[in-house]
Amino acid sequence: MNKMRRSGDNNMEYYNPEGLLSYLKENLPESILDSRIDSKKAGVKQEEFHNIWIEVKREKFRDTVKLLMNLQYPHIAIIAGNDTGQSIDLIYLFSIFYGEKFKEISLNVKVSLDRENPSIRSISDLIPGAQTTEREIKEMLGVEFVGLPDMHNIFLPYDFPKDIFPLRKGQKGLDELVQQESEGDKN
Amino acid sequence: MSKSTAYKVPIGPIHPSLEEPMTFNFEIAGERIQSVDLAPGDNHRGIEFMGRNRNIVQIIYLAERICGICSASHPFAFCRAVENAAGIEVPPRAEYIRVIIAELERIHSHILWAGVAAHELGFDSVLYLSWKVREEVMDLLEIITGNRVNYGMFMIGGVRRDITEQQIPRIRKTIEYYKDVYQKLEDVFLDDPSIAVRTKNVGVLTYEDALRLASVGPTTRASGVKKDVRQDQPYSAYADLDIKAITPDIHTGEVNGDVYDRIIVRVLEVLQSVQIVEYCLNHLPEGEILSEPKIAKLLANLKKAKGEGVGRHEAPRGEVIHYVKLNELENPEVWKARAPTYNNLMSWVPMLQNQEVADIPIVIASIDPCIGCMDRVTLTDSETYKQQVLTREELRQLSIEKTRRMLK
Repeated sequence: MNKMRRSGDNNMEYYNPEGLLSYLKENLPESILDSRIDSKKAGVKQEEFHNIWIEVKREKFRDTVKLLMNLQYPHIAIIAGNDTGQSIDLIYLFSIFYGEKFKEISLNVKVSLDRENPSIRSISDLIPGAQTTEREIKEMLGVEFVGLPDMHNIFLPYDFPKDIFPLRKGQKGLDELVQQESEGDKN
Repeated sequence: MSKSTAYKVPIGPIHPSLEEPMTFNFEIAGERIQSVDLAPGDNHRGIEFMGRNRNIVQIIYLAERICGICSASHPFAFCRAVENAAGIEVPPRAEYIRVIIAELERIHSHILWAGVAAHELGFDSVLYLSWKVREEVMDLLEIITGNRVNYGMFMIGGVRRDITEQQIPRIRKTIEYYKDVYQKLEDVFLDDPSIAVRTKNVGVLTYEDALRLASVGPTTRASGVKKDVRQDQPYSAYADLDIKAITPDIHTGEVNGDVYDRIIVRVLEVLQSVQIVEYCLNHLPEGEILSEPKIAKLLANLKKAKGEGVGRHEAPRGEVIHYVKLNELENPEVWKARAPTYNNLMSWVPMLQNQEVADIPIVIASIDPCIGCMDRVTLTDSETYKQQVLTREELRQLSIEKTRRMLK
């Protein structure tokens, strides 16, 4: 199960980006919709570091995280959300294989959700550190995270209207809210 | 009244020195904390929302103002994100200057933190002395960039100001100054028994919790997780250096994950930063500092760019990460910025569990959240609803009294 290996552990098996990608593809057949490896060079010595971008099916996202947990406890940095107008895309920014120079791979997993009814299983039972970012996405973009233990707003006020999601494109009602607030201040 | 009455103690929400004002709702039995609930967001500025109406170059300055102390870290990460998305190469000289600025920032940030930690424990003379030591690097930053904070050095594809020949001896003077003074920092913060007695076994974050809660920076390294972007996925000039993530066992041979270990990590990182600045200065490549000096042309190029990129930088408090998606528009389609305190929020919960009220200031300060936002503390008796308001000063007084008691 969870491999909370000490970084620098001798048993630790590091994958190169191609290896990590084929590991995921083998274990998630027909679930990875899109993938690319983005390698950049750094410094005068021009050594390479890697970003992997993949898009997985919504139903298989949880399995993807579980697969990563077999390798090393994945670090979740943040979820970036994007309201494209047709769908709500979540880009989970993970990093894995930390602990050794140039071994770490940034794994950016995109999941596309239905804009009318955006919903995905929470991963905060697997990685409790994901709670903050899931709560932020929930209130800012209106994505439902099934199984999230704390449903309260985290950055927005507790009494913020439940049907307004500030980071959705073309969201109506924000101007009125600002208006109300500033009138409230005057009184 | 039963003896098991739990007091509810909200701490917060605002303090001017904090970029993210916080409310802590404690439940306290006697002197011990039973549970804590975090409620941030009192000063959410909607920076990502503002970014939607700005072009890429304007966002650099917005990113710089996310945090006054990390004012090199956010533009660093943002510029890297855009460069990765648009495929812009940065000239080597600019890469080295970026790292010099970032490391000078780390020196001032860690010493600032050390001073505040001493203040929370009641050693104000140490606060004054460490902030005096910090002034040296602030002066140097002002000489190089023109500003003490918000340096305005970063630009897509490089830096805006060069380090001139005349400035190099001045930078060397600062390096020598910190090498001289470093031993004193170690003496005061690591070898002095009074700081150790107040911080050892206080606010412990275990290795497993540090991983589970995705904590970053000195907070996670003090728990033994060897995680440092400069080591794991080096970028800019860091790729040429051999940087090792600093964990407390380097100094003491063991990892406890307590406040004392967080002090060790930060103090040792000051020396590491001095060495990095010295290396960069000795190996500073010649050449251009910007890949595209004409801003109008740069913006026109960015308007044609399409792609997504992630920019990461190890800021003094941990990893800063920016995500940018460009879609042939004047503004980025998505810009997501994340500061280290965001990920370290949750690590307060295990740290504060079962601690004493008098340890709240130092435990909250120990993750370096721009320091505890304890403006006022309300103690509420849950049965009588009688409220007793503790000011920040009174709370600090509790902390000082505990130090005095333990030193007797």
